[in-house]
Amino acid sequence: FVSFIGHPEIFPLVFTTKTQEIFNCRVNEDVKEENCFKLIKKEDIIQDLKTRAAISDFHPVKKVVLEYPGEELLVVFDAKFQHGQNFYLVASEEAKENLLKPPETAEEKEEEKEEENREETLEVHPYTPPVHKPWVSLGSEKEVEEESVKDTVTKIKYMISRVRRKFGAPITFTDKNASYVGDSYVECASYQDKNFSIKMLEKDVGVQMVPKVREASTQTKWTYPKNTATQYFPRQLSNEEKEENLSSEKLKDFLTSVHLRMEIALQQNEIMNAFFDDWKALAEDESSSGGKPDVYLKAYQSFLDLRYLKDRTISCVCWHPTIYGIIAVSARKRLSHEEQVNLSDKSLLQQSVIIFWSFFDPLHPQLILECPEDVYCFQFNPSDPNIIAGGCINGQVVLWDISQHEEKLQNAKPVADEIMMTAVNMVNASILNIFTEPPLVRYCAVSSIQYCHKKPVTDIHWLPDYFEDNRMGATFENRAEIRMQLVTCSPDCSILFWDAPATKLPEQSSAEKVKKDDIFYMPPDVPDTFKHVDICWKPLIKINLCESDTNTEYSPVRISLKELHYHYKTSEKLQSLNTLEASAKESPYTEMSTPSSKNLKALQRIFTNFFVGTEEGEIIYSNWIIEIDSDSAKPVSQKHAQKYTIHTETINTLQRSPFFKDIILSVGGRNFAIWKEGVTNGPILQSSCSAGRNTAGRWSLTRPGVFFIGRDDGNIDIWDLLKKTHEPSHLQNISKSVITFISPWISSSKQHFLAVSDDLGVLHVLEICETLSHPSGNEHANILDYFEREVKYLKHCEQEFQ
Amino acid sequence: GIPIRTTLDNSTTVQYAGLLHQLTMKARSTVRDIDPQNDLTFLRIRSKKHEIMVAPDKDYLLIVIQNPCE
Repeated sequence: FVSFIGHPEIFPLVFTTKTQEIFNCRVNEDVKEENCFKLIKKEDIIQDLKTRAAISDFHPVKKVVLEYPGEELLVVFDAKFQHGQNFYLVASEEAKENLLKPPETAEEKEEEKEEENREETLEVHPYTPPVHKPWVSLGSEKEVEEESVKDTVTKIKYMISRVRRKFGAPITFTDKNASYVGDSYVECASYQDKNFSIKMLEKDVGVQMVPKVREASTQTKWTYPKNTATQYFPRQLSNEEKEENLSSEKLKDFLTSVHLRMEIALQQNEIMNAFFDDWKALAEDESSSGGKPDVYLKAYQSFLDLRYLKDRTISCVCWHPTIYGIIAVSARKRLSHEEQVNLSDKSLLQQSVIIFWSFFDPLHPQLILECPEDVYCFQFNPSDPNIIAGGCINGQVVLWDISQHEEKLQNAKPVADEIMMTAVNMVNASILNIFTEPPLVRYCAVSSIQYCHKKPVTDIHWLPDYFEDNRMGATFENRAEIRMQLVTCSPDCSILFWDAPATKLPEQSSAEKVKKDDIFYMPPDVPDTFKHVDICWKPLIKINLCESDTNTEYSPVRISLKELHYHYKTSEKLQSLNTLEASAKESPYTEMSTPSSKNLKALQRIFTNFFVGTEEGEIIYSNWIIEIDSDSAKPVSQKHAQKYTIHTETINTLQRSPFFKDIILSVGGRNFAIWKEGVTNGPILQSSCSAGRNTAGRWSLTRPGVFFIGRDDGNIDIWDLLKKTHEPSHLQNISKSVITFISPWISSSKQHFLAVSDDLGVLHVLEICETLSHPSGNEHANILDYFEREVKYLKHCEQEFQ
Repeated sequence: GIPIRTTLDNSTTVQYAGLLHQLTMKARSTVRDIDPQNDLTFLRIRSKKHEIMVAPDKDYLLIVIQNPCE
């Protein structure tokens, strides 16, 4: 089906019958299908157009007709309505021509085709060779031109020639590794060209917000307030409230109701000792009856100084009352008995000294006290341990003041520490002297030679601190509580009471003092405590021991006064007392000068009796109160003296028991005796005569029934009255020579010492074992019982024998 | 308790008063717990060093401290 639709020169027309008549193209008459062409003159069309204007069929193609160049227009009957109408107009000459001629063929073809189609015949189309047609450009040449490849650049032509002879020459090929030769190949390595890397600047990312959930747990510390400290003060009633309460009725009722019960309870307590531990008592009884552990004296230290104590014997041993570990020994020449008697002839070449030892330094004496003569006995002043009084062999009484050295004594340290010793209180002696030379202290007061004893002072005691004597012998209360009075006795049948003036006394001239015409040179370092009495010291009272009726004189060797309580005070107290005294208007000592002392009240109750042990071995019991005889108004000494001759030799010890004020131990010769004051029959206990001589004796300080006896063979007898009364309970040998002095001491609750001195000048310090030092529970009561039994027995005996 | 009258020094008195008051209360409550009809009449504390005697009453307390008799 060939379609000419779209052909630009074909215009479909509709010819009405009228038009067909006009132009003689009536369908099926003039124009048939086989002869569809009709040529119409242009002028006719134009005329038709003019006549029929709008209703002319050629109206739509009016313009085409007018522009048609030819004379005749072709109108083609379109039986098949190929162009849409039954006629069409061909607008161009060429088309006309084409249509007239070729379309004939075309139409013929069409007709043939139609015939074929109608007939459906298998007739072979007669082959007509294609007719060459002029090419019509439809615009495709442009595209072809675009797509064709053309050389934009002229090609470079190279001509390479080579010599002909080289052609065809044999060639040998070798292999070469390309990498060996640098330039043999050019590598074009790939690299990342930055130009081509695309940096992602933006990225679409999806984000979702999710809450972060985390599980956690805590435990809280439950802090609750806890009291760490409470400060409080007690409630107190004001005074008015107290008063009100005290006077209230309720209180009275309460007291009445309650007091009965309380009384019962108190009575019960009185009746029975509630604190009595039966178990303990039982144990003690057992242990005391059965075998006791060894009683012994353990050797602790022994001191010997070869320089000062050569050929000397120790006459007296005293412990320092306050400072631990200081013990003083006085040495005197070792003389035979005869020499001792004729003492006045002896000239003593060697310096007589009192040596201070310290526990911490057994080799070097701590202090040396210089004595004018050999000291027979000495004592520390109980109220001021820095004052020492000693009695010399020539009858003088000497005083020392070592307050300068007190510090040194207190700081006495073990030998190793000596270098570190604080030389606080430095004596003027050079520092070297501390190590090599103990300081030498000169005595500061010596009694006047005229008024002292004629024979050696054998015993010296400080008087108790609460009474003093004045010239008249009346005892007075010692207000200042400074112990300042001495009593000495000597075999020259006299007992002297001395008054050592208090320290720091203002220099006043009193009637006692003798003017010192000769100002003698006082060596330095000597404290001038007693300067005002030095050399001119006189005793207060002198008692002649003689029996008025028989005119026998007694030569006392030892004296024991009652009520000798030793209360040792340190020097601080003394200082305070001194200041007290300084502020006091008058010192009691100045009062001494005047006979009448109205301020101080007389104490009548003081027991002024005393025991005296004599050279011959007698024990005298007497009184020193001077009574004024009412008849003759003269002082008359009391005559009541009791004499006991138990001992055969010189009494060397007369000591009161530290536990019982009226029990006295006397040691002399071959036996010893225990006396009770007031019991006039005789001694309570008297030992049998022993083989050797007893040379020293002392009560134990801690056990009421124990005392120590020293013998001439160097033994110490320990007597325990609870165990055996006929012989010592224990014997111990201390040294080889005669024991000259025993002195027990309590340094601390654990350490009880016994100082034993012997004839060779050695001082042994022994530690008393516990059994000896600790009393059993009711030892005191037992001993008391024992003494009382003995007294009764004595009485009984006396009665019996009378 | 608050001390009204004393022979000791103040601090000791206060200490004794406070402590013994509490002890007496405790003792009394003990006695009455066991037998409600009962009541504490006297309290005695014996120690190594002293004997303390307490006589209680409704409002007051009498305390006596005694050293052992020897």
